[in-house]
Amino acid sequence: MKIEVNGETREVAAAQLDAALVELGWGEAKVATALNGSFVPAGARGATTLSDGDRLEVLSAMQGG
Amino acid sequence: MRDFYGTTLPLPLMLGTARYPSPAVMEAAFRQSAAPVATVSLRREQGAGQAFWDMVRGLGVHLLPNTAGCHSAREAITTAQMAREYFGTNWIKLEVIGHADTLQPDPFGLVEAAEALCADGFEVFPYTTEDQVLAARLVDAGCRVLMPWGAPIGSGLGLNNLHGLRSLRAAFPDVAMVIDAGLGLPSHAAQALEMGFDAVLLNTAVAEARDPAAMAEAFALACRAGALAAASGPMGQRDMAVPSTPVIGKAWL
Repeated sequence: MKIEVNGETREVAAAQLDAALVELGWGEAKVATALNGSFVPAGARGATTLSDGDRLEVLSAMQGG
Repeated sequence: MRDFYGTTLPLPLMLGTARYPSPAVMEAAFRQSAAPVATVSLRREQGAGQAFWDMVRGLGVHLLPNTAGCHSAREAITTAQMAREYFGTNWIKLEVIGHADTLQPDPFGLVEAAEALCADGFEVFPYTTEDQVLAARLVDAGCRVLMPWGAPIGSGLGLNNLHGLRSLRAAFPDVAMVIDAGLGLPSHAAQALEMGFDAVLLNTAVAEARDPAAMAEAFALACRAGALAAASGPMGQRDMAVPSTPVIGKAWL
């Protein structure tokens, strides 16, 4: 299915968010996730099912003021 | 003594981590100033997040994640939730921006987000103005710290509305307040602390100095001076001159 990952369209095979993160290369990365504008805690990724057209945000630490 | 959700700081200086010429210069600024709080943010992961996370963790300071760039309560709430998980802290510098040019807070979105986050266990540091009605709403929402601006973010103008800030300080004697944004010089920080504010938060004034580490130290010294002055009970101002040398005993010449 096609989903939007950090603003870019990506093709993923995995149906669950945790598996999709591994597929996208973030299996070991420390990240925070939001799906369609709502926070998905790390512990809930395995139970979060992706659908075609979903908007996924994968964030990490950045400089800030 | 006013604290920050139970945390007392050895130095009333919160320092941003953005806009430095290099990560090494940022580290030097923290080392040379001994600033005990660092503000951080969350952005789309593009490969550099892990290294930055390792670096800020290595600073050994309190982390204050922000919701910078959020223009709605919903965006800010989701960002805060993500930041709490990522950085492992209930502290959140809540920014809900209402205007792109002034970066002035959106008071309505700010209160809405503060209510939701305080109810959800966050310890909210709202970036606000000197408006007392807004301050009261934020305190009612559960905020025990307020962060009124000195001047627009990044402007370096100092304390723009002395009367408004003084009134705000006096109106909420039990609420810890941090002057956030707009400071350009150490004298601005000293002035804020002399007025009874509990800390200052700044970034650009240090990061864009020719020598950021030295400027960070200058701000640290100013913060110490200002806090010590506030605790020492400043004299009242008078309109007329009063001689400091005793008049009694002066020779008849």
